[in-house]
Amino acid sequence: MTSDVVTTTLFVLLALVAVGFGFLVFRVDSMARATFALAVSFVAVGGILLLLDLDYLGVVVVVMMVMEMAIMAVFMIAYMMNPAGLMPMSMYHDKSRAMSVAVGTFVVLAGGALLVDWPERQGSPPADVTEQVGLGIMGSHMLVMMGIGAVILTTIVSALVLASARSRYDRLGDDLKARPARDPIRGGVGR
Amino acid sequence: MSELLLAPLALLLLAGLALVSVVADRALLARAAGRRLSPAELSPWPDVARLLVQRRRTTTAPDALLWRTGGAGLLVAAALMLAVVPIGDSVIADLPVGIVWFNAMDVLLWAFVWLVGWGAASATALVGGYRYLAQALAYELPLMFALTAPAVAAASLDVREVVAAQADRWHVVEMPIAFAVFLLCVAAFSLWGPFRAPAGSDLAGGVFAESSGVDRLLLLAGRHALVVAGAAFAVPLFLGGGAGPLLPDWTWQLLKTLAVLLLLVVLRRRLPVLRPERFAEVGWVLIVPLTLLQVLVTSLIVLAEAP
Repeated sequence: MTSDVVTTTLFVLLALVAVGFGFLVFRVDSMARATFALAVSFVAVGGILLLLDLDYLGVVVVVMMVMEMAIMAVFMIAYMMNPAGLMPMSMYHDKSRAMSVAVGTFVVLAGGALLVDWPERQGSPPADVTEQVGLGIMGSHMLVMMGIGAVILTTIVSALVLASARSRYDRLGDDLKARPARDPIRGGVGR
Repeated sequence: MSELLLAPLALLLLAGLALVSVVADRALLARAAGRRLSPAELSPWPDVARLLVQRRRTTTAPDALLWRTGGAGLLVAAALMLAVVPIGDSVIADLPVGIVWFNAMDVLLWAFVWLVGWGAASATALVGGYRYLAQALAYELPLMFALTAPAVAAASLDVREVVAAQADRWHVVEMPIAFAVFLLCVAAFSLWGPFRAPAGSDLAGGVFAESSGVDRLLLLAGRHALVVAGAAFAVPLFLGGGAGPLLPDWTWQLLKTLAVLLLLVVLRRRLPVLRPERFAEVGWVLIVPLTLLQVLVTSLIVLAEAP
């Protein structure tokens, strides 16, 4: 009973933090503050996942999101107007419609979660839930998906190679024999 | 041991070991300079007192909220890392994914250190913050793979299971690369030794440049606390936790932690500072493949020894 009360209190707190800081992203003037307000919001979501006993998922959400936000802060500040937050700035575009879409979506989803008549559980969960969910979703398509994974990775690498302004011919000369390589910044390995 | 006493005990140990690292570092520094060691020189207390009473300097337009958040964050992250380190049989946070938790706490440092650099609204501090992120991009993946190896060997992300898996043989025997890379990464996330470029003297102190008074104390203490937390986590991961003859578990664990900590302190001033942009290539071209190889070897050992 007490643990139920604690869990509920924690959930309400984390949910308020998640929504509150998510909202703050659009209220603060500084890109740094906006980015890290979003990071706090995601960390709170990670905390909610921990409450659901999804330990791995919860902690990984924290890892991924904080990393991502730290890097995103660099780009936000590099590319957005008003980087330092020295001048007031609004992150809204098309304010009223954006707001109504956002709040409307939240109300529909949250209302749906509360109002839907969820079915009672029949039977008991299998021993290894994760494995069963994996099999349920992927089943016999696993081999195909593994193949597609390799193809996607190859595509990413090829796209990067094609998009890169400098090729190995720029680094190593037309006959690929220039040593050391002509890099704008020398690397630490000495290639 | 009572679970209730465990958290204060861990914090006391953290503070005590951090002080040990400060004193050891000063002793080494004095010896290297060929000076005689006086107790006053070794003691951190005069500096602590000075920083506590020093009036805060500030800059023209700092973002005080972010600055202070980042400054306090280092110590908080170090303390939270310790929450998953088993002491004897007990652990503060009985998390089945302790290894990932440690990883999450070190990722929080990306944010905290950058915020310290940003909040000061000073060019040198900001460059320090960016240097830390550049360095982080190079060490984080090796750190993740170095953490993966013991987890693969134990088939668990629970730190206590990892300790139990080392009953026959310490992990450091079969994964020396992962151990070395882990120590390297501990130094890197603590702005320690060769990875002190974000707080480098060429930047007038980098991320620490504008911090003064109690803020500076928190940052410097946080750096030592992070090294302690890293050393404390290396023991259950690679050095068999509290295993050892004659002495009780917790004594062995403390001794091993102390040994790893002193190793990190000795290496601190023996290695030159790495330039972040050069280390990026070392990290990606050299260390990532090495750690991947380590995980492969570990997996093969697991397969070979499977019943």
